[in-house]
Amino acid sequence: MSQVHSDAHALIFSGPITLDTIAALEAQTRQHLADHPLSALQVNLSAVTKLDTAGAVFLRRLPALGQAQGKELELSPPPPTLQSFFDFIRLPPATTSRPENKQGRLESLGEQLLASRGRALSFLYLMADLTVETFAALYKPKGMRRGTFVEQALAIGAQALPIVALILFLIGAVSSLQSAAQLRQFGAHIFVADLLAIGICRELGPLMTAIIIAGRSGSAIAAEIATMKFTEELDALQTMGLDPLRFVAVPKMWAMLLCVPLLTIMADLLGILGGVFIAFTSLEVAPGAFVVRALEALLLKDVLTGVIKSISFAWIITLIAVYRGLDFKGGAAGVGRATTSSVVASIFAIILLDCFWGVIFYLKF
Amino acid sequence: MQRLIDISDLRVAYGSTLVLEGIDMHLQQSEIAVILGSSGCGKSTLLKTIIGLVPPSSGRIEILGQNFLELGAPDRHSLRRRIGVMFQYGALLNSLTVGENVALPLEMHADLNPILVEDIVRTRLHLVGLDHAFSLYPTELSGGMRKRAALARALSLDPDILFCDEPGAGLDPITAAGIDRLLLTLNQSLGTSIVIVTHELLSIERLDGRLIMLESGQVVFTGSVAAAQSCDIPTVARFFNPGVEE
Repeated sequence: MSQVHSDAHALIFSGPITLDTIAALEAQTRQHLADHPLSALQVNLSAVTKLDTAGAVFLRRLPALGQAQGKELELSPPPPTLQSFFDFIRLPPATTSRPENKQGRLESLGEQLLASRGRALSFLYLMADLTVETFAALYKPKGMRRGTFVEQALAIGAQALPIVALILFLIGAVSSLQSAAQLRQFGAHIFVADLLAIGICRELGPLMTAIIIAGRSGSAIAAEIATMKFTEELDALQTMGLDPLRFVAVPKMWAMLLCVPLLTIMADLLGILGGVFIAFTSLEVAPGAFVVRALEALLLKDVLTGVIKSISFAWIITLIAVYRGLDFKGGAAGVGRATTSSVVASIFAIILLDCFWGVIFYLKF
Repeated sequence: MQRLIDISDLRVAYGSTLVLEGIDMHLQQSEIAVILGSSGCGKSTLLKTIIGLVPPSSGRIEILGQNFLELGAPDRHSLRRRIGVMFQYGALLNSLTVGENVALPLEMHADLNPILVEDIVRTRLHLVGLDHAFSLYPTELSGGMRKRAALARALSLDPDILFCDEPGAGLDPITAAGIDRLLLTLNQSLGTSIVIVTHELLSIERLDGRLIMLESGQVVFTGSVAAAQSCDIPTVARFFNPGVEE
């Protein structure tokens, strides 16, 4: 049983002083120091039976603990069997804490602005390099592994189809329900078809597809490239005379540029199908009438603008994912950060681009 | 002398592939045991089986007087507090600083004053020569520094047994020798019993512990370095004289 007690001139420790006992011993020591009338005390360790590193550190810290309570403590030697161990464990000479950040707010703001400028520049360089490489590789596909594009197209396009289809079908159905609730009041529920077809093809189809792809494929691209950087695979490619951008990123860009518009067209169809389902089951509108009405309302421009938007979304998602992957720092946590920031930045960029296209296509100057 | 590890008739298989068979070994108080053998002989599997990361197919593993395989989760947990493991690549948590990594076991297992925890951590880092690395992240350390930080973390709770998987792998000879010296110092000054997995001859000679040599999942030699160097078992002789033709 370890304990500390005091006599007229000393604090006396007995029993094992180890990791398991020092928390209680510290509290007892503080109490004895507070109660003791003398300002200088011996620390008697002759009855200590066992020491481990934590216990030895605790004993070495006792003078500082005493000083904090206005007492001067002097350690006596422990029993001979523990002496060599006690001598071996010494507190490091100076304990330097984590350096404090003494920057002013203005300085740190400036530093952040400079860092942002650096990031923006490297993003622009990557944008230029990747865009040029993407088109250049069409004419001179050297430096790319055969079959990569097909692999990527399957992963980005075919495997994403079920989730994109399901989500757009549900969005089409819910949008029909919501708009029908309003239009029914005026007996105009057939116009649900117009509203849905235009809304899905112009806006919801491309936007939702892009958001799903950013979360599904953009994050995967960022994680893959970050991991390749971490495991020095990108360095290895360079030493083999291969351009990592062309070898890794260009097939992904091609697959995205091809698959996202195709997925968007599928998404448009599935969204309208969701509306057909609701019209048939709850609006008492025949499916054929709903489809005819929807096709009459749609212009070729509506579908084309959606496809153009989706191509630009595919481009920005890939660009951001590649940038975040290459910008990776740190270990496992860094891969997580690269993935998360890729998704968040992609969604933000998609919305910005969507606004841009909205102004270009539909604002009357 | 007290046996800290006592293994008998251990058998480990991954699916239908038999990795270890008929392993008998023990570790005594304050002893250094070196598990050695060529690549793929089952050294790391044996280590992982002893520390409970790989379940054996059959056999008995007694650690610190308790049959590890028969313990329930809470008892295993408290037994694991009494062993420290230094993994081959350090296995430091990259999201924490070196100081936080070393403090982690102390914070999780002992209710100590944070100032005392910091002093214990700094003492540990001082012991392994990493005083300056307290606030650094693992990614800011060299390979040798990462191994020393991992050693400091493994020693956090003053383990009765320290397990080291390839402590010198991937390090330059000077750093590897430094790690070996550190392990010897810990063994001699703190009385820590150590089990080391390695296949590096220089390291084996420096540590001068009791050798347990594996070949194709079986123990083929147990004894001192001197005995191994003069042993005429072909596998042992080839290992200690790799350039000599039979």
